[in-house]
Amino acid sequence: MSLSADQVRQVAHLARLELKSEQVEHYARQLSNILDMVGQLSQAQTAEVSPMAHPLDMVQRLRPDAIAEENRREAFQSIAPAVQDGLYLVPKVIE
Amino acid sequence: MSRHDNWEAVIGLEVHCQLLTKSKIFSGAPTAYGAEPNTQACAIDLGLPGVLPVLNGEALKMAVKFGLAIDAQIAERCVFARKHYFYPDLPKGYQISQYELPIVSKGHLDVDVDGQVKRVGITRAHMEEDAGKSLHEGFGQQSGIDLNRAGTPLIEIVSEPDIRSAQEAVAYLKKLHQLVVYLGICDGNMQEGSFRCDANVSVRRKGADKFGTRTETKNINSFRFVERAIEFEIERQIEVLESGGKVIQETRLFNPDTGETRTMRSKEEAMDYRYFPDPDLLPVAVGKAEIERIRGAMPELPEAKKQRFVAQYGLPAYDAAVLTGERALADFYERVVQLSAADPKTCANWTTTDLLGVLNKTGKSIERSPVTGEMLAGLIKRIVDKTISGKIAKEVFEAMVAGEGDADAIIKAKGLVQITDESAIVKAIEDVMAKNPGQLADYRSGKDKLFGFFVGQVMKATQGKANPDAVNRLLKEKLK
Amino acid sequence: MHTLSIKALAVGLRSKKFSARELAAHFLKRIEAHDGKLNSYVTVCADSALKEADAADARLARGEGEPLTGIPLAHKDIFCTQGVKTACGSRMLDKFVAPYDATIVARLKRAGMVMRGKANMDEFAMGSSNETSWYGPVKNPWDPTRVPGGSSGGSVAAVAAGLAPVATGTDTGGSIRQPAALTNLTGIKPTYGRVSRYGMIAFASSLDQAGVLGRSAEDCASVLEAMAGFDPMDSTSVDRPVDNYAAALDKPIEGLRIGLPKEYFAEGLAPGARDCVMNAVKKLQELGATVQEISLPNSPLSVPTYYVVAPAEASSNLARFDGVRYGHRAEGVKTLEELYKRSRGEGFGAEVQRRIMIGTYVLSHGYYDAYYLKAQKVRRLIYDDFKRAFQSVDLVLGPTATDVAFKLGAKTDDPVAMYLNDIYTIAANLAGIPAMSLPCGFVDGLPVGMQLMGNYFDESRLLNVAHRYQQATDWHTKLPKGFE
Repeated sequence: MSLSADQVRQVAHLARLELKSEQVEHYARQLSNILDMVGQLSQAQTAEVSPMAHPLDMVQRLRPDAIAEENRREAFQSIAPAVQDGLYLVPKVIE
Repeated sequence: MSRHDNWEAVIGLEVHCQLLTKSKIFSGAPTAYGAEPNTQACAIDLGLPGVLPVLNGEALKMAVKFGLAIDAQIAERCVFARKHYFYPDLPKGYQISQYELPIVSKGHLDVDVDGQVKRVGITRAHMEEDAGKSLHEGFGQQSGIDLNRAGTPLIEIVSEPDIRSAQEAVAYLKKLHQLVVYLGICDGNMQEGSFRCDANVSVRRKGADKFGTRTETKNINSFRFVERAIEFEIERQIEVLESGGKVIQETRLFNPDTGETRTMRSKEEAMDYRYFPDPDLLPVAVGKAEIERIRGAMPELPEAKKQRFVAQYGLPAYDAAVLTGERALADFYERVVQLSAADPKTCANWTTTDLLGVLNKTGKSIERSPVTGEMLAGLIKRIVDKTISGKIAKEVFEAMVAGEGDADAIIKAKGLVQITDESAIVKAIEDVMAKNPGQLADYRSGKDKLFGFFVGQVMKATQGKANPDAVNRLLKEKLK
Repeated sequence: MHTLSIKALAVGLRSKKFSARELAAHFLKRIEAHDGKLNSYVTVCADSALKEADAADARLARGEGEPLTGIPLAHKDIFCTQGVKTACGSRMLDKFVAPYDATIVARLKRAGMVMRGKANMDEFAMGSSNETSWYGPVKNPWDPTRVPGGSSGGSVAAVAAGLAPVATGTDTGGSIRQPAALTNLTGIKPTYGRVSRYGMIAFASSLDQAGVLGRSAEDCASVLEAMAGFDPMDSTSVDRPVDNYAAALDKPIEGLRIGLPKEYFAEGLAPGARDCVMNAVKKLQELGATVQEISLPNSPLSVPTYYVVAPAEASSNLARFDGVRYGHRAEGVKTLEELYKRSRGEGFGAEVQRRIMIGTYVLSHGYYDAYYLKAQKVRRLIYDDFKRAFQSVDLVLGPTATDVAFKLGAKTDDPVAMYLNDIYTIAANLAGIPAMSLPCGFVDGLPVGMQLMGNYFDESRLLNVAHRYQQATDWHTKLPKGFE
């Protein structure tokens, strides 16, 4: 399995990673090697096997519907890159 | 419109319904609407590094309740999945939702359309977390992000493409809205975004068995806008097709100012959401016993209540439908009947005509009614025991609306107690006869119509307080 | 003081041989003297450590101390520590001062432990050599031209060099065990769900588990006991009482059934390392254990399985680092897309970017079934291998790593070669079982570790066997030259 430079660009876009153009070929090669290694999985016989999402055979525990958090906006926003009037700022969102 | 005869619209609706829990679906932060920005977004809602979700049991119970109300299958095991996309109001870069195994599937809702019952299938309803809000005004070249809403529990209710017109869509939505409010799982406030609708619309030639290409119109936040957006979209698609064009599969936005929809993003830009089971959450199991417990605690649903009102109170179907339109109104009515011990139809008349009249005029909800069930029952009781006449009762009702107290207090303060002392009425009759010799002579010479005049004069002389039955009877005797 | 066991330190504190403040100051002095060579700490808590030590002294004076009160430790920089920078080895979090404590940080704080500092690590725990850290590579105290292993490389280097008596670590595919093996330490990764993940910055949620790195099984037992236990904030935390690990340490191991998986001794294992492990097996037989060969037939597929599951979960877990609410934000961005792409492009290093891209790819439309779903099915096969094995043996023993520590830079250009370092450790994460590494000899002056893997929640037995072995051998007491 090998990834083309275009596929790498497409994946990088999906993952919102800016790649410099000189990195793309390099990544394409490395990622192809990784996918080759991962390709060994196709040898396994898994027709009757159910997928395992989790090591624990447990079910979800439920939380009581109670308010357990207080307002900590100041602490949380003290580590934010840009805030104004209690809002997080980002470049204008256009829909 | 004639060309509509050749075309058929196919509509499916997706409704996002905020669940009425106190805390968020995966955190202990409050869900109340309208707080200062980001004061109700805790570490988990903000997606800080290292935080983890734990499911709110009440949100799950509400989703099950909904499933039971639409006669759907409740999954014994359902799974939360992550839906990935980057957007500033989505803190983790993914939304925790359900994909392959939703909690509710294969239900239906029966909707009245022009007197006919139409069954609309509900494909599924899944639990998910709401996103925050982006504010675009007032920050120059930037947008402000408020994450208070992030993590509010939602169920997304997806209908089958069973709907054929904008009117049907609205009827379905209204029925769904009534249901979730009845169930007490949603406050139904569309302006605050508690109940939001996306519409999938396509058109096809009548008789065609394949669906046309559909568009999805997003976030339409009133019944009227839903109707307009769908109508616009149907017209637009028919026009495109009739002029030889093709409908493009895309997401569109409704603009309430123009009543039009416009392209938001096309299928080529469609997202690759990369769903996979959320490893931070385990499969959710709802046992049969738990389902039965929830079923046992279900409130009476609108349709059942309506039928009961007809049977138990002998109400006409129309009255029953009005009174059961809202759960709070139905409860109000039943309280009035119980407390007044009066004829249910009388109670229904007062509730639907007088009370709803005032509420509609003042734009108040039944919960905010200035006249409580106790107050209305108190008033009806005084009519029944003949303390006041029906006519005086209207005056007392007005005073109650104006906040002057309950019926007894108003009757007392205004001295409205009905005069049943016959000697006082006879005295008033005699005064009226003495003052109107001309009319008396005419009446006695055969002008029967003048009887009404004398009733009016007597009532006027007693400021309306005389018992009307007694006035009638005594007048007839005296005028002979 | 820096060579004493935790037990001996606790005795020293109680007998007033030294105070917690003196102990904390001693380790600070050693850090100042030696860490320039190793780069094991990214943050040294100067004032707060002394404050915590004073509080511990006061508590001990009141007779309210717990077994760990006053004992210093280093936290891997993956754990959120309120008011202290938590960078996770990444430029992305270079300025991130956590606004809350991870559950295990809070628990160890309550037990009275003194946080000496935050240990360097591979960026977001992605690496097997501690060379992917934004803060530079960590060196192995046994040979500073070699790697200490990863991703808990700072934790092991600090403990091996006597810059902390014990440290926390995390293990997603071997990140506690492999570095422990390469630095002559004892390290345990408990059963998935035994230790809370709340506040531990997620790499691969269904594999991540926190544990301890120390100089002996006994030291690990005491700290693990304080860390472990149910946490209502973590849905994957198991509500089950924690065993008394310390009490079980001395139990005799006669009759213990050990399984040696033949796949773990096949081609790829360096002969010197193999000899060390086989000598240890003999020693355990002398102590009364019985040994049989077993097979874990799907174990050769554990590396490919892992490199689908872990990057998939990582690509999702790392989507939150978008430069909006915290973390690195690129300068001068004009559009939202630029904000995301540049902040993430600058904030993440190459290995993290590779894994995000692999993970994004295997989850994307059209590839999910072939990669992700397939890997989940093979994961079940690997899990079944262990289930079958534990029907006939009490624990599984093998090498931890294929060889001794390799040279810095030797594998940085070949991701696949780097990934194969974890060939023996990954299966335990996929299955979720407890596993540990402990010293069992040296090759050319470099330490070799052996790995014990147990059944679910059988930490107690692993620690017991390791302790009995350490009572009968002295490999774990050896110290690297220059750090005695």
